[in-house]
Amino acid sequence: MKTAVSNRIKKAKSQIAFEAFGYCIITLVSLFCIFPLVLIVSGSLTENSILMREGYKLWPAEFSTSAYKQLFEYPEGIIAAYSNTIVITIVGTALGLWFITMTGYVLQRKDFRYRGKISFLIYFPTIFSGGLVPWYMMLSKYLHFTNSWWARVFPLLMTPFLIILMRTFISTSVPGEIIESAKIDGAGDFKIYYAIVLPVIGPALATVGLFLALAYWNDWYNTSLFITKKSMYSLQYYLYDMLNSARFAQEMGIYTGDIQLPTESIKMAMVVVVTGPIIFLYPFVQRYFVTGITVGSVKG
Amino acid sequence: MSRPERMQGGAAVQSALPRKKGFLDELKRNKILFVMLIPTFVYFLLNSYMPMVGIYFAFTRYNFRDGLFGSPFVGLENFKFLYKSGKLFSLTANTIGYNVAFILIANILQVAMAIILSRLSSKLFKRITQSIIFLPYFVSYVILNVIVYNIFNYEVGFLNGLLTRFGMEPYNAYGEPGIWRYLMVIFYVWKNLGYGMVVYLATITGISNDLYEAAEIDGANVIQQIRYITIPLLFPTFVILLMFALGRIMRGQFDLFYQVIGNNGVLYEVTDILDTFVFRTLKQDFDVGMSTSAGLFQSIVGFFIITTVNALIKRKDEAYALF
Repeated sequence: MKTAVSNRIKKAKSQIAFEAFGYCIITLVSLFCIFPLVLIVSGSLTENSILMREGYKLWPAEFSTSAYKQLFEYPEGIIAAYSNTIVITIVGTALGLWFITMTGYVLQRKDFRYRGKISFLIYFPTIFSGGLVPWYMMLSKYLHFTNSWWARVFPLLMTPFLIILMRTFISTSVPGEIIESAKIDGAGDFKIYYAIVLPVIGPALATVGLFLALAYWNDWYNTSLFITKKSMYSLQYYLYDMLNSARFAQEMGIYTGDIQLPTESIKMAMVVVVTGPIIFLYPFVQRYFVTGITVGSVKG
Repeated sequence: MSRPERMQGGAAVQSALPRKKGFLDELKRNKILFVMLIPTFVYFLLNSYMPMVGIYFAFTRYNFRDGLFGSPFVGLENFKFLYKSGKLFSLTANTIGYNVAFILIANILQVAMAIILSRLSSKLFKRITQSIIFLPYFVSYVILNVIVYNIFNYEVGFLNGLLTRFGMEPYNAYGEPGIWRYLMVIFYVWKNLGYGMVVYLATITGISNDLYEAAEIDGANVIQQIRYITIPLLFPTFVILLMFALGRIMRGQFDLFYQVIGNNGVLYEVTDILDTFVFRTLKQDFDVGMSTSAGLFQSIVGFFIITTVNALIKRKDEAYALF
């Protein structure tokens, strides 16, 4: 009895010490993670001349929204990139989720004989691939994806990792007996998928959906390889292009005569505008996130 | 999808698998399941398996007029050229070195953060900090480049603002290749800490509380509980993440290097990896044969590394091996 009590006290002490240490560390790490983002927001809210004189600061010396105003003075380019990226993100995420859930469902069906082999075929490209060039030639020369919306949708539809994630989630949240009994009751395989499996995998849909949406939203790579038409640029590539070429400067210059060229604060405002929407997605999926992300082995 | 296409899909699944007696029975029995796999099958065929044929480019002096099989066959000439360029060794060393550092350091920190976070009692604090630490994962690599510039730019960067305020000399980070070795790791950790942390947190949430209670009754303190319960149970998750990460050990983090370093030739010596080299060879010189051979080199070495690691893991514990 006595030892149990002293154990409890000892436990309480070590627990308190550990928690105190934990709060400090986690706070420091959080500051480390958020500090660069604060710099950007602060920069976007600072007048460019002040920014150039005093450099980047965590808090603007003087608030100003002029960068945002200038950014939206000639908004055609941004709006085009914005709208096509929103559409691509929604279409790609929806298609990707549909295909990934179907695959996850089939691969966890215990009565599906080839599930192990097909899982391996899906995993195999992770460890061996033809490399960038043959892949690029396939998509551009044989599938004619150059300057096609497919170039921005197709490559990001699924990944082996997301399929395995989905399969693991389905196999742990839908007991095999339920599927078996539904089959005995005469439900078809597809009906089991949409009537029994889909309704109970909310957390996995949210998690995998977020990963897909993020990949589409942040994609610049596929645009840089396959898209040459400026009106079809993804948002990130539009930003990249603006940062790296004088084109934006010329545009602004041509339109407005003597206005200052792509200033630092305009760039920062652009960064905020480009990142904003996808960050707002997170609070909605956060409560599902931790339950939705349990990974299992490839073999299943 | 029309009937003939379906049949084709089924037939191709068959040819990709070792032909087994009873395949047709299985096809008949689980027809719908096969149909449901068609999109995924088409995706991996076009995106992963068909491009493997293009490995042949590595053995040709490619030109557009003659195409894949018409271009002159040159044997191992591209590989010889690649080897003679003298870059192969340093590129490979950089690629593997960075990726090993990324994988090890990030995973250790992710596990540590997940464990610490899981033991805190304030729900609100946990939720807020978890979101904040996850936030950088949402930021694209294009934007990471902007951030790096904001901090390290010589004239207006945050770092030099801080240094001059304390009366120190401004620091020209872009002129010092050496420190980028460490900076790249820091950038990687910054961006990926939250993601891995959440994956490990998910596993920790799944550990039964009974285990900890039993350990407490036996007098185990927090550290002992972590050491003997949490960490062993996190191990399978670690192995799976490791295997997926190892698959990319010869490529890995192209976005990070391409965006952050860009065309800054001064830094190439310490920051050029195989992927950025291949990408430049393709986009700037359009040397198809050469860049394919570099890509094939990546694939083969990567394949060798991962099968070796898998065999080692398998020998230790069959259950953890991926294949």
